[in-house]
Amino acid sequence: MRHDLVLRVIAKLLIPFILLFAVYVQFHGDFGPGGGFQAGVIAAAAVIFYALIYGLDTARCVVPDRLVETMLAAGVLLYAGIGFAGLALGGNYLDYFVLAADPVAGQHRGIFWVEAGVAITVCGVMLKIFYMFTARGRDED
Amino acid sequence: METLIINVLLAMMALAVVILARSRNLFAVVVLGGVYSFLMATVLVALDAVDVAMTEAAVGAGISTVLLLGALHLCKSEEAKPIHRPWLPLAVACGTAAVLAYGTLGLPAFSDPQAPIHTHVAPRYLAEALAATGVPNVVTAVLASYRGFDTLGETTVVFTAGAGVIALLRRRKKNGERRPAETDFPGERQP
Repeated sequence: MRHDLVLRVIAKLLIPFILLFAVYVQFHGDFGPGGGFQAGVIAAAAVIFYALIYGLDTARCVVPDRLVETMLAAGVLLYAGIGFAGLALGGNYLDYFVLAADPVAGQHRGIFWVEAGVAITVCGVMLKIFYMFTARGRDED
Repeated sequence: METLIINVLLAMMALAVVILARSRNLFAVVVLGGVYSFLMATVLVALDAVDVAMTEAAVGAGISTVLLLGALHLCKSEEAKPIHRPWLPLAVACGTAAVLAYGTLGLPAFSDPQAPIHTHVAPRYLAEALAATGVPNVVTAVLASYRGFDTLGETTVVFTAGAGVIALLRRRKKNGERRPAETDFPGERQP
């Protein structure tokens, strides 16, 4: 598949828009459908698409294993960290009201970071599972 | 009109499942699985559950299909002939389906506004979410704020799934030994 000109050109055209859509779903999730989980999956799908057309090794250069594994844990830690930030500022665990001077602004801030944490973990997990599945069998040749 | 669309889509899903169960070609099975997920996503759009539809289309039809194709690369593309006649599994499946169908008889009618789920906390969410969180999408407000603990648990589950896959599939190259799990796939090429 790596020599198919049409697929390569179409992929090159589509992938920026898929990534842009992932960012849109992430940041517009407060106002329309979407949110962290969907955004993470769509971003992972863009990288998987890239890997399908250009090969796993190229994709691993763009999004290295080390970064993916860091994302796996970083998202959960960010989410849990928001909870501890609420504790440190005098509220309950995962209480967003205390995150800013204005309670509504605090809610907004909390939801933003929590969704970011979900997106990072989901994207990392999807990519890691894809990498693990496709790397099998190929190293043994 | 909406009911008609949903019923047509559900009939197509049932058809896809029947073909899927009868097919022996695993590639066709994987592709039909993707078709099934896309139909499900369309049903969810028709039911105005766009958030879930997005997830279903991306995870069910997209990434699962790619992962199954990746797994298919490791094994034969024809399903092996079953050794036994599948009468017992068929009976178990039909029995479970009958019990589940019987269970739905006790549920409130579809989209009944008086159903308990719509009279408990949902009105409060719809009335207060925008003022309390400043987020117009109530789904996001409920997921991330009202049910923040649930979502933290879900994220941890996703993380655990990833960690589990790493633990199962990672190979240690240093000592060069092949673990027995690596030869479990039939038709895997030997080095």
